[in-house]
Parts: sequence; C-alpha cells; structure tokens
Amino acid sequence: MLTAVLGLGQIGLVAAIALGWAAKKFAVDVDERETKIRAILPGANCGGCGFPSCSSYASAVSAGTAPINLCRSGGSAVVENIAHIMRMKVETSTAQIAVVLCQGDDRKATLKYHYLGLHDCNAANQIAGGPKLCPSGCLGLGSCVAVCAFSAIAITAHGLAVVNRERCTGCGKCVAICPRHVIRLAPATATIHVLCNSHDKGGVVRTYCKVGCIGCGLCRKAVPSAYVLDRFLAHIDYSHAALAVLAADAIAICPNQCIVDFTKNYPDDRLLHPLPAIPDRPALVTDDEKAQR
Amino acid sequence: MGHQLTMSSSPHLHGGDTTARIMRRVIIALLPACGVSIYYFGLPALLVLVWCTLGCLASEALCCYLSKRPLTLADNSAAITGLLLALNLPPSAPWWLCGFGAIIAIGIGKQVFGGLGHNPFNPALVARVVLLISFPVQMTNWTTPTPLGRGIDAVTTATPLGEMKTAIMLTGYLPTPSHDGLTNYFVGNMAGSLGEVSALALLIGGVYLLLKKVITWEIPVSYLATVVIFSGVMWLSDSQSYPDPLFHLVTGGLLLGAFFMATDMVTTPITRKGMIIFGSGCGLITVVIRLFGGYPEGVSFAILLMNAATPLIDRYSRPKVFGYDRHKVSHKEKMAGGREL
Amino acid sequence: MTYKSFTGGIPLVDSKLVDSKLATRGAAVEPCPIPDQLIIPMSQHIGVPAQPIVTVGDLVLKGQTIAQAGAFISVPIHATTSGRVIAVEPRLHSLGKDLLAVVIEADGEDRWDPDLTELKSAQWTPDTLRQRIREAGIVGMGGACFPTHVKLAPADNKPIETLLINGSECEPFLTADHRLMLEQAEKVVDGIDILRQALAVKQVIVGIEANKKDAIARMKQLVVGRDIAVKILAVKYPQGAEQVLVDALLERQVPSGGLPMDLGVVIHNVATAAAVSDAVRFGHPLIERVVTVSGPGITTAKNLLVRIGTPMQKLVDFCDGPRGEISKIIMGGVMTGQSQISLEAPVIYGTLALLLFGANDLPQQDAGPCIRCGRCVAVCPLHLLPATIADYAMLGRFDMAQAYHVMDCMECGCCTYLCPAFRPLVQTLRYAKAGILAQQGRS
Repeated sequence: MLTAVLGLGQIGLVAAIALGWAAKKFAVDVDERETKIRAILPGANCGGCGFPSCSSYASAVSAGTAPINLCRSGGSAVVENIAHIMRMKVETSTAQIAVVLCQGDDRKATLKYHYLGLHDCNAANQIAGGPKLCPSGCLGLGSCVAVCAFSAIAITAHGLAVVNRERCTGCGKCVAICPRHVIRLAPATATIHVLCNSHDKGGVVRTYCKVGCIGCGLCRKAVPSAYVLDRFLAHIDYSHAALAVLAADAIAICPNQCIVDFTKNYPDDRLLHPLPAIPDRPALVTDDEKAQR
Repeated sequence: MGHQLTMSSSPHLHGGDTTARIMRRVIIALLPACGVSIYYFGLPALLVLVWCTLGCLASEALCCYLSKRPLTLADNSAAITGLLLALNLPPSAPWWLCGFGAIIAIGIGKQVFGGLGHNPFNPALVARVVLLISFPVQMTNWTTPTPLGRGIDAVTTATPLGEMKTAIMLTGYLPTPSHDGLTNYFVGNMAGSLGEVSALALLIGGVYLLLKKVITWEIPVSYLATVVIFSGVMWLSDSQSYPDPLFHLVTGGLLLGAFFMATDMVTTPITRKGMIIFGSGCGLITVVIRLFGGYPEGVSFAILLMNAATPLIDRYSRPKVFGYDRHKVSHKEKMAGGREL
Repeated sequence: MTYKSFTGGIPLVDSKLVDSKLATRGAAVEPCPIPDQLIIPMSQHIGVPAQPIVTVGDLVLKGQTIAQAGAFISVPIHATTSGRVIAVEPRLHSLGKDLLAVVIEADGEDRWDPDLTELKSAQWTPDTLRQRIREAGIVGMGGACFPTHVKLAPADNKPIETLLINGSECEPFLTADHRLMLEQAEKVVDGIDILRQALAVKQVIVGIEANKKDAIARMKQLVVGRDIAVKILAVKYPQGAEQVLVDALLERQVPSGGLPMDLGVVIHNVATAAAVSDAVRFGHPLIERVVTVSGPGITTAKNLLVRIGTPMQKLVDFCDGPRGEISKIIMGGVMTGQSQISLEAPVIYGTLALLLFGANDLPQQDAGPCIRCGRCVAVCPLHLLPATIADYAMLGRFDMAQAYHVMDCMECGCCTYLCPAFRPLVQTLRYAKAGILAQQGRS
C-alpha cells in the first residue's frame, strides 16, 4: 500500500515538474492584447471582416495591420471594446443589415418552368436563366441560407428568402452569393423598404409578378425626399434621417403593395425553422466602466 | 404545351433504382435467416425480432421529430437496423434489452451523426457491442435450439465458439469434436444469436444480394478468404489447438458479418480496391480475436475497427484517373502535363 | 464474341435503354418540310460566334455565306434556303437565352448559290481540303460542334498517325448516325477517304456499336479495298466519347487535360465525314442534318433531314404532334442534351435529336443523402469519385474538388443515372467546375 502511494506520488511529482518546465520553455509569446481581442470577438468566423477567422483578425488588429472597425457582426460594442484594448479612439459608423428586395413567392410570382435539380440558386440560374419569369427576383432555393454563419436568413414555406433582422449582423455573405443580387445591405434603422428588384417596365412586370414595382412613381410624388426612381424601379433613399415618419405615407399609395414596413409584422409567414437564441458574449468593458468614462 | 415544362440539368434519364428499393432487397435477403431462427428458437426469437424492429422504427421517428426533419422511415434503413440488431442478439434477450439496443443503434449509431449516410460505424454493431459490454450475462445467455418448438423451456448452453474458447483457455487444446457437428452448424442446429446459427440461410441471402447487385463480391470474398487462409495456416501448424477453416466459416457471426454487416454501404469504402482491403482487414482481426483474444467471437469488433479505418482506406485506394497512367497514356517516355495522383 | 470496350459505363442491356432505339431504328430518313422562317443562330459551335455579313432586306441563296468566322476556332455560317433576310437580332436559342440570329424568310424556291463548285481531286492537298472544309462551315456533327478544319491542322510536334471514325451513337433514342451509315454509306466512306487525304494518315478505323448490325455489314461492304478497318464496339454508354473511344479501339488513354491529337489520333463523326464529302464533291456547305425525333411523348417517331434554323415546333408538327401532355422537351441525347423551355428554338448543328416526354416517363424524386454505395465510382469511365467530389463542392471546397480531378469530368451522366439517392451529381460537378473557374478568374 505504502509503496503504491509513494511510487505514484513520485511519478506525479516528476510529471508535474516536467510539465511546468515545458510550459515555460515552449511557451508561445502571444501579445496579450490579441488574446483579449479574440475573447470579445463573436467567434463565428463569418469572414465579414475579410479575414478567414476571428483569431486571424485579432492577431492582425493587435499587430496594427488591420483597422479596428471591420467586425460588422460584432457591431459598435465590439469596436468600442477593441478601441479600449488598443487604446485608440473610436469612430462611429452606422450598423447595416441585409434585406431581401423581393416579395415574389410562389403565390405572387409566375414560374418559367418547373425546376428539378440541385437545391442551389446559382445552379438553377444556369438553366435558362432560372425558374422564375422575373429576371431579378428571389429564386428561393437557399444559397443564402447555406452561407449565413448566423442563421439569420431562411426560406419561407412559399419559397422566398427572408432576413431575421434581430440576428443579421451585416457581414454581407448572402449579398455576395445571391445570383440575382436581390439582397442588399441597408442601415439597420431603416424599417421601410421597396421590395422589388426588377428594372423592367410596368407592363412587363405585371406579366410575371403581382407585387412587383411598375415604376409608376406615385411614391415619389407623395414623399419626394424618401423615394428615388431609377429605370422603372423605386427604392428608398436611405441617406435620410426620420425615414420612418416620412416614407410611411407612401405605403398606402403604392398600387401593387411593393412598399413594406418591417415593424408591422412582416413577413406574415412564419420562417421554416425557429431560430435558437444567441448566447451572451462577454464584454471586456462593463457597463459601469463605460458610464464612468 | 398547356402547363409548365420541367427543366433540369443533364442527364435526364435515371435508372430507377432507389435507396428504399435497395434496402428492401436487403430485408428480403434477411428473411431466410429470420425464418430459420424462429424455426429453431420459437416464440422468443419472434419476439426479439419484433421488439428490435419496432424499437428501431420508433427511435428513428422520435429522432426525426426532435430534430424537426421530415420522417425518414420510408427509406427502410431503420427496419434493416432493427432486423440486423435482432439477429445479433441471443433468443433469450428480454424486451428491455432489445429496446435499449434499438435506441443505441438508431440514436447513437446513426442519428447523432446526421442520419442515413453520415454514420461512420455500423449502427447494429455499435448497439451489439454496447449491450455486450453493459449486459454481458444477458448477452451470452445462449439456448439449445429446439426445431419447431415453442422455445419456452429453453436449455442454456454454450456456442461452439464459446466451447472452443473455454477449452483452449482451460486445457490448451480443442474440445472433442462431435462428428455430425459441421452439418448441424451448417443448417443452424446450434446455439448462438438469432442470425448466427444457419449458414445455409445466410448463404441463400448472400447469394440473393449478389445476384440482385445490392452488394459486390469484393467484401464477402476477401473477408471469407482471409479468414480461411489465416485460420488455415494456424490449423496446419497445430491442428490440436486451432480449429479448421470450415469450422470458422459455419460458426459464429462470420457469414452474417461477411454478407450483411461488413457490406453495409455507408460505413465501408467506396472504391473496389478499398473494399478488398476492408474485407481482408476484417478477416484478419476476426481470426486474431477468435484464436488469441479474450472474446470467443471477433466479428463485431473487427468490423467496427475497420469501419474506423474506412476514410483512410478510401483516401489511399483512389483509382488511377483516366489519362494519368504513364504506361497507357503514351508510348513515349515523357509527356508534358502528366501527373501521378 | 468479345467486342472492343472500356471499363465502367452502362451497358445497354439495362431495360430502360435497350428498347429506346426500336421506334426509329428502321425508319428511313425523311426530309422535314422547310418552315416559313428560318432562325439561324450565330453561336452554334465551340469557339467565337460567327459575325453576320448580311443586313435586313438582303436576298440570299441556299448555301450563301451569311456570317463570317470570328477567329481561327470558328466557322462561317450559310443560309440554309433561299429567301430574304428579315431580321438580325437576338432570338431564343436552345441554350435557353436569346442570342444573335439571322432570320430568313423562305421564298419557297430553295435555290442553290450557283457559285458553289466541286473541288476537283487533282487539286486535293491537305491545305486546299482544309480550306474547303472551313469555307463550308463544317463542324463536328457528334454534338460537340468543334470546327472540323481545326482538327485537320495538327501542330508540327504532334504528327497524326490514326484517323478514327465514330459511328458508335451510344446514347439512347438516337438513330441518326445509324440511318446515315445505312442509307448514305457511299457518301460516308467517300468523306472518310477525303479526311484521310487531308490528314495524310495511314491507319483509318471506323468504330460502330454492335447493335447496328445492318450498318456494320453495309460499311464493311464499302470499305473493301480501301484500307479502312471496321471494328465492332461493345454496346455501352458512353462508348462514343472521345477518350473512351480511343481507349476501346487503340487501348491507349488520352492524357488528362490533353486531346487525342497528343496520341497522334484524330476522331471524326460519320455525319461529319458525309458533310465533308458534300462540301468537296459539290461545294455544298453544312446546311442540314439528320435529327431523330422520338420519345414517349411524340405521336410518330421519325428520323428527319432538317435544315439548320428550323424551329423545333415544325419537327413536332411533321411527326403528327405531341402525344398527351408534355412535361419535358430535350434537345440532344437524353443523357447529355439540354431541356428546353419551348419549341420555339431552332435546330442547330448540335441537334442530334428532339425528344418529348410526359410527366411519368422520366423517374425523378427529391435528392436523398449519399448512401456511399459506390456505384458512381464503379461506373465512371474516367475513374473519378463523383460522390466525394460532389460532397466537397457542396461544402465550397473547390480546391479539394480540383484535387480529385473534377476538371477531367466529361459530364457523361453515368454516375447520376445510377445514383439510388437521386443526387444531381453532374449538375454538382458542373457547379464545382464553375466555382474553380471563377476562383481562377479572380486570382
């Protein structure tokens, strides 16, 4: 019994000394700022900053080779925290989130043909320009869903992509992958959008979609500061403040109900899968410390 | 053209064979073995088959519901796992053993990995091994076969492999053979799990699978050939201590393993060369465990170990892509642009 | 008796495919009536599209050049009947989009351009023959539409020793080449002779699949004394693919990324040979081709001799219209053809067939998970791993897809045909190829 205790105890002691020495000898010198920055980054490796992972962005920031405001997913909270760690000043920029500029699901838009094959918008777009008659509308096959690192976009039961505005971080991956360029980044504060992407003339649009913008310009006449007309397609001028108040006036005027207020219960379909909540991320700067500064 | 045309990428024609049809053929191939087990072991065998299959179907339905995915029972794979699990259990297995096994097989063996096509290990074998290690007494409670009996008054006995292992461990030599032993082992008149007993029924099923092109010859042939060769070498070196290859072929789960478990497509290599390596590896490990290991039967462990090696085997058994074989490409010595894989 | 063959591929004994040629195998080629308007696209062949040299209002004669070649790898295009040019504008193409086309209103007289003359045999040299073939706008008639004169102009460091003539016609439903060999064997053999002179080769082999026994017999009759060998090929899809044909007939593999020319081999389709004969003997450019109209959705299946530019609707009408409700229209073979959005698009050089299908004729279901059965691996004629490449492609790992040689894939469709999970493998591999090219374009 005693020999066993002594024997194992000696082995443990030797191992502990060896490990302790190895930890010191083979230690990697990491800038402690890099460790701190990495801890406060979202950790989704979404690539929105342009770096392949949060770790590589953290090391680039601490090395001084990357600006501190690239993490669009983390938002202004992360930028502030990084600025605090790096002892730099913060510049503010408006947060952006994605919006799918289309309402043409299978109840509203006509199909060119019945598509069979790979469930991918880019693949379907290769076959005679995609199954939708509208050349600019959402195909609803989910390439954007596949590429989103935050589960912030989903396809409704009627085949239309819709962004979850709470979860979207504006990283831009869905914007890049969409073959129809129907997803755009807009300021997070903008809650009213014209949901159409087609520049075709009104008569043509009517042949393939019940809710497409026909370029009549009534919205622009009603609220000239909020709406811009560009080649038969109206869109919101996002550079204006107080849009919610102004732009809402034109919603009822639009003959095809293209303009939608996202604060008023849109979309009416439930998303296909309910999305789990994001766990809280630790902030380096506590609210008390922020208040004291 | 009144209504809409369909458009798709080429090719537009499909052979018509589906996953569900392939699985159905496997079920049909298992029916002789199921029938023979009921013939020899009676009602308990039927109950084991029923509990395992229902348990697997229910587990898969539950997993689909919990992960909010469409129900996948129609592809018949859960039913096959149920049958295979049942065929791996002794006839005396109680209902709760079957149910627990089913949950392990489907829940842990298949669904946590993402469902059909994603599991690295054979689900039925995962369950069998878990049960064997967790409930060794119930899992080794073998009974004597009673042809056409109701199987209620079953007599506990040892399997031929179990007898061999005990005899070797106690005496170092094989037990005295019974002269009609091999014939009995071949038709199924021996103790063992439901699917182990009848070599004849399993061979019928195996040949059916080969004829219907559900499986190809590489794995069963390489598996059985390796067993015969390796066990034959040992038997020739010392026939008192090692049984002959024919004994190995008809006892234990070898035929069940070679035709139905080691040929499970999801967990085995996709290249022909890889399949031969896989089968040979299984054969070698099976014989090593049977002759030198602590357990009397090595098929389950052998197949699971080779399942683990499947990705590696796939990677290193890639066929030579057309146009890279230097000997076939050009009579001239060097040719610009040719690269080995 | 064993026939020349290759490893992999789908034997035609599969019940789905074996009866498909029955409907038209015995049907003699009929000329399709000329429509009122011929829509002749400028993009019909591999290479740069041709450029129109006519304008609206011009009167043209049959065989007159209406577009000049865009570059070396390009051919001129000719009017396929006499009439008046009424439009030069984008029109629906069989690729599903609108592409530039010359539209000719037929005058009903169908007069040849009188300037077309024979190239007398005394003037035959490889250069003059190549020039004549180029002027006649001849492209590969086996579906690829590669300009033929380019294949007759090998580089100096790659001398040509063998000419292979492709008479296999391995795809289901297609019988155009079969009927051509049966009815116009003299023209085909004459064309082979001319091609041999153009290439100055010694060895000429004609490969025909074993299911065309009458064509084999006829061709064998005509090649007597001409030093042309006729070899019988096993009935397997895709026997007619270039790499596979060279492997079957010569037992050598075309190097990856290379061409048969790298082995000193040139391959031409039997219909190309026939077109070459017409061009040299009569000066007739390529203006028509044999099209098999078939499928369960057509009332009367036929082999038609069609003028390039004929809208597909005309062919369907001449075959007594569709039978029942049509769900899919395929231009080309059922394994490599393109599904069509309407019958408006015109017949072009690569239109081997026009196939109509009803809703229940082509089995289809939603793709399931890969069960790793390995059938795609076993059947691939180029020994690729389609399932693995597809998995990498869907993960966006185009680098791994390239390491697994996806760029070698010839998109024959054998893997997708057999996949029990109905995975769209060829479409996924095409997606991977597009991803790789996009990445290369960006870098």
